[in-house]
Amino acid sequence: MTLLKKRETLLFLIIALMVIAFSTRAPGFGNPRNLAVIFNDTAILIILALAQMTVVLTKSIDLSVAANLAFSGMAVAMLNAAVPGLPLVLLILLAIGIGAALGAINGFLVWRLEMPPIVVTLGTLTIYRGMAFVLSGGAWVNAHQMTPEFLNVPRLAVAGLPVLSWVAVLVVVLVYLMARYTPFGRSAYAAGGNPVAAVYAGIDVGYTRFLAFTLSGALAGLSGYLWVSRYAVAYVDIAIGFELDSVAACVIGGISIAGGVGSVIGTVLGALFLGVIKNALPVIGISPFTQMAISGSVIILAVVFNARRERNRGRIILRNRAAEDGGPDTINKAALA
Amino acid sequence: MSAIPSTSPQPEPSQPARRAIPDRLGTPLRRLLASWEVLLLGVAVAIFVFNSLASPYFLDAWNLSDATFNFTEKAMIAFAMALLVIAGEIDLSVAAIIALASTAMGAAAQAGVGAAGLVAIGVCVGLACGTVNGVLVSGMKLPSIVVTIGTMSLFRGLSYIVLGDKAYGGYPADFAFFGQGYVVWVFSFEFVLFLVLAGLFAVLLHATNFGRQVKVIGNNEFAARFSGIPVERIKFILFLLTGLMSGIAAVCLTSRLGSTRPSIAQGWELEVVTMVVLGGVSILGGSGTIGGVVIAAFVMGLVTFGLGLLNVPGIVMSIFIGLLLIITIALPILARRIKARS
Repeated sequence: MTLLKKRETLLFLIIALMVIAFSTRAPGFGNPRNLAVIFNDTAILIILALAQMTVVLTKSIDLSVAANLAFSGMAVAMLNAAVPGLPLVLLILLAIGIGAALGAINGFLVWRLEMPPIVVTLGTLTIYRGMAFVLSGGAWVNAHQMTPEFLNVPRLAVAGLPVLSWVAVLVVVLVYLMARYTPFGRSAYAAGGNPVAAVYAGIDVGYTRFLAFTLSGALAGLSGYLWVSRYAVAYVDIAIGFELDSVAACVIGGISIAGGVGSVIGTVLGALFLGVIKNALPVIGISPFTQMAISGSVIILAVVFNARRERNRGRIILRNRAAEDGGPDTINKAALA
Repeated sequence: MSAIPSTSPQPEPSQPARRAIPDRLGTPLRRLLASWEVLLLGVAVAIFVFNSLASPYFLDAWNLSDATFNFTEKAMIAFAMALLVIAGEIDLSVAAIIALASTAMGAAAQAGVGAAGLVAIGVCVGLACGTVNGVLVSGMKLPSIVVTIGTMSLFRGLSYIVLGDKAYGGYPADFAFFGQGYVVWVFSFEFVLFLVLAGLFAVLLHATNFGRQVKVIGNNEFAARFSGIPVERIKFILFLLTGLMSGIAAVCLTSRLGSTRPSIAQGWELEVVTMVVLGGVSILGGSGTIGGVVIAAFVMGLVTFGLGLLNVPGIVMSIFIGLLLIITIALPILARRIKARS
C-alpha cells in the first residue's frame, strides 16, 4: 500500500513540477483558471482512460474505445440534426446505450468465444469506424445543424467549472466507488491479478470481462456525445488514434497491462499528465507535432518503470495457469515468475 | 500442427488444461483437406471466381498485376510478423517503422543521396527500429503489446517532428524501380520480391532449427528455456527481422508512391496482423505456416481489389477486413465446440 501511495504521490509531484517549470516559460500557465481549462480539456481523456482501466484491470485491452466514441457521437449528432425536438437526456442515454451495446459485442466475443481481447478489439476498431462512415455516408454534421441545447450543456458553468468537467468528476467518483466497494470492482482486480485464483474464489472471470467491456463501451458512448458537443462537429475520423492515449494514460498511471494492478487516482493523474503536456507545448513554443513522440517515449518509460515495480512484488503463491498457457499479453509475466 | 488457428491453449480456468491426444491421426489426405490452408485456398478461388463474374475488368493480366500491389508490401512484413506471433510476441509498430524509414529516405533524397544509398538508409532505419523493440522486449523483458504501442507513437511521432504537415518528394528516377519496375512481363519487382521472401521465410520457419525453436518458444516458453533454447536471443532476432522487413517494405512503398508524408502506411499494423491471423497463425503462439500467410495475402488482396472494382470505398473495405479477422478466429472455435458437443 505504501508502494502504491508512493506511485501516485510521485506522479502528482511530477505533474506539479511540470506545471511550475512551464509557468517559468509562460507566465500564467499555473494559475487556477488555466489549470481549470486544462482539466476541462482533459475531461474526455479521463473518462476514456477510466473506461480503458476497467478493461485492463481484468487482463484485457480495449482498442475500440475511440472508434466506439466516433460511432456513438456520430449517431447522436445525426439524430439531433434530423429530429431537433428530442430531449437531450434521451440523446445522452442513447449515446451511452449504443456505446454499451458495442462494448458488449467485444465483451461477448471475449467471454463466450474466449477470443484474445487484442484481436477482437483490433477488428471491431475498424468495424465501428467503418460503421460510422456507413451511417453518415462520409458527411459531416456541423455546428449549425445541431441544436443549441445539444452544444451548450457541456459548456454551462456550474460553480466555476463547465458541466463537462463535472461529468468527468462524477465519472471519477463513480468508478472509484465501483472499483473499491462493488463486487464487480473487486472481481475485476481478482480476475486480472490471478484468473485461476479468482475462479477458485467463485468469480466468473469471463463474465467479469464482459461487464468490464460493456462498461468501457458505455463510457466511450458518453464520451462520444461529449466530444461531438465540445468540438461542435461530427465526422468519421473524430478521435482517431485516441485509444492509444487512453492506454498511455493507464500505463503512465501505473495500471499494469498484465492486469490486476492499478488505481483510479493513478489513471486520472496519468491522463492529466498527458493533458498538461498537450496544453503546454503550444504555450512554450514547441510544435504540437512533437506531442506524438513525447507520448510514445512516456509510454515506454512508464512501462519500464511499472515492470521494475512489479518485479518487486514477490512470488505469486498460486501459480497462474493462464500465464503458463501463453497468450501474447501474459507471456512476459510468465517469464518473470 | 497447423490445422486450425488460435484455438488451442485456452482451457476453462476451472479445470486443468485438457490436451486430448488422439489415438491415431486421420489419413494424410484427409488431414490435408481439413487443413486451414486448403480451406483458405478454397476461399481464395471462390473470391477469384466471384470477382471475375462480378466485374468484366477483373480478368486482365495488367489489372491483376496492379492488384498485387495491394498486398505485396504488407505481406513482406506479415512473413516476419508471423514468426513473431508464433513465438508469442507481437509488433504493432511496423507501420510506424515504415513512416520513419520513409522519412529518413526522403530527407536523404533531398540531400542528393542516390538510389542505392536510399535503399541502404531505409533498411538500416528498419533494423535500428527493430533493435529498439528487441532491446525493450527481450532485453528488458517488457510486454511487447505495450512496448510496441509506445514505439509506434514514438517512431511515427519522430516522423511528424521532421515533416509536420509537409511532404518529401523528388526521389531520384532510378529509385522508382523498386515500387514501379517490372522484372518480366506483368511481374513487378515487388511481386517477385514477395515470392522470393515467401520462399526464404518458408525455409526459415519450416526447415531450420531456428524455425523449430520459434515454434517451441510459442508453445511453451518454460520448456523452451529448460531445453536450452536461447529464448531472449531468438525473440531479439525476430524483432530485428520484423524491423528489417518493415524497412524493405518502406523502400518499396516510398518508391511506389514517390512521396513521403508522416501519415504514410497509417493503420497497416492492423492489416498485417489480420493477414497473419487469417493465414492460420495462432494468435496465442505456437503454430502457423508461411504458406497460409501467402494465401491470406492473396485473399485480402483479391477482396480489396474486387471491392475496389465495384467502387466500394476504402473505409467500407476495412469493415470487411475487420469482420474477416473476427470471423476467421471465431469460426474454428465454434466448429470445435459443435464437434465436442456431438
